[in-house]
Amino acid sequence: MAADGALLELREVVAGYAEAEVLRGVTLAVRAGEIACIIGANGAGKSTLLRTVFGLLTPRQGTIRFAGEEIGGRPSTQVLERGIGYVPQGRCNFPAMSVEENLEMGAYLRRDARVREDIEALLTRLPMLAGKRRDPAGTLSGGQQQILEMAIAQLLHPRLLMVDEPSLGLDPRMVEIVFDTILAINRAGTTILMVEQNAKKALAVSHRGFVLELGRNRFEGTGQELLDNPDVRQHYLGS
Amino acid sequence: MALLEVRGLVKRFLGVTAVDHVDLAVEPGELVSLIGPNGSGKTTLFNCVTGYLAADGGRVTFRGHDLTGAPPHRVARLGVSRTFQQVSVFGRLSALDNLLVFLQQHQEERLLARLLRTPGLRRLEAVAVERARRLLDLVGLGAKAEAPAGSLSYGQRKLLAFAGALMPDPELLLLDEPAAAVNPTMINQMKEHILALHREGKTVVLVEHNMDVVMDISERVVVLDHGQKIAEGPPEAIRRDPRVVEAYFGR
Repeated sequence: MAADGALLELREVVAGYAEAEVLRGVTLAVRAGEIACIIGANGAGKSTLLRTVFGLLTPRQGTIRFAGEEIGGRPSTQVLERGIGYVPQGRCNFPAMSVEENLEMGAYLRRDARVREDIEALLTRLPMLAGKRRDPAGTLSGGQQQILEMAIAQLLHPRLLMVDEPSLGLDPRMVEIVFDTILAINRAGTTILMVEQNAKKALAVSHRGFVLELGRNRFEGTGQELLDNPDVRQHYLGS
Repeated sequence: MALLEVRGLVKRFLGVTAVDHVDLAVEPGELVSLIGPNGSGKTTLFNCVTGYLAADGGRVTFRGHDLTGAPPHRVARLGVSRTFQQVSVFGRLSALDNLLVFLQQHQEERLLARLLRTPGLRRLEAVAVERARRLLDLVGLGAKAEAPAGSLSYGQRKLLAFAGALMPDPELLLLDEPAAAVNPTMINQMKEHILALHREGKTVVLVEHNMDVVMDISERVVVLDHGQKIAEGPPEAIRRDPRVVEAYFGR
């Protein structure tokens, strides 16, 4: 039975590395159109969850369904083609290539002729990148690189964009800009699943939040419900 | 006399002056935060102080020793310990062994003692192992002591590096964004521990974007923008300083 309107649905997913079992039975559903975030202690399995959905790890048990189709264990290229984008933790673009070339790399899987148009449209929406289109990506600030990574992911028009710690290492002003960018991507129709340690800020902009603990989902609710939950506040929000 | 004194420090990269004639004096026992936008020169300043980069101008003294141009190991052995934004761990060594390696980097090699495995050395090792276990507990990695560091998540590696910087019981601790990628509850514990070190009389300089941390625990905040010091003062004053709001906090 599929959860109502679920775009991504994990059921009892178990996954890990070698002998280390990181996910120990995660069940969660992200509905189409929403912003969902995952919070939790360091080592709870948040990044591993995104990596498993993206096909970088094969689930040992359980099912991962995207738009009704089982995708667990499929290679990342197939996951991408089905409409899931992924921006991993830390910035990892091609530092010696220009911003524009990085965007072209993002469209590598596309065979249509509209790539150029899409890149121009993205640059129009992101003036911060437009002014640096010929600069090597490695010379951008951390925040600009984060926005570039999200722009690259959008070139494949994902239905779901997964972002791992978008605010990592950014100054307060840049954090606002990055979150605003995520909101804008969502408003344009893309479902978001993000992992954040800036938990209060992430929950404040999320329709739904999940708390992961030792590889299992422990709490779930709207962003506001989790912000108001005393247990969540004490153990995961630090207040 | 200031414990750490930076005078007229200049560091240029190609055409860019990353650190532009910065003066910074840190008194013994002080807890100072260094804030500023990404790219304002905070990490570069740390790198010049700890010998990872050679400054293009200015002087750095620590406890009266001239550190200008001194290599990192000499800086470390004088009692300066630091963390890095980009953590690197020895992935195949256990978390515990990683901490012992951190410690070794701060000690003079006593090769003969090591070869002979003298009782004194074994005693020191036992003390170090106990300290390492205590620090792992402190950062919530007690259960991971024997796990290869490569199996830890990014956030856990950050916590391991924080513990590592504390291993040598340094006189001066330079922390570069210790709270980034760390969950809020653990950040609170980290704050408590930094305050405990401060009460013990240790000197701490903290680079951090998490204002809950900076404003709660700092005695003094120094603000850099485009490589220059634009403000300095107690946290409440810095929060209201129009230049800082403009350059850093934004709306």
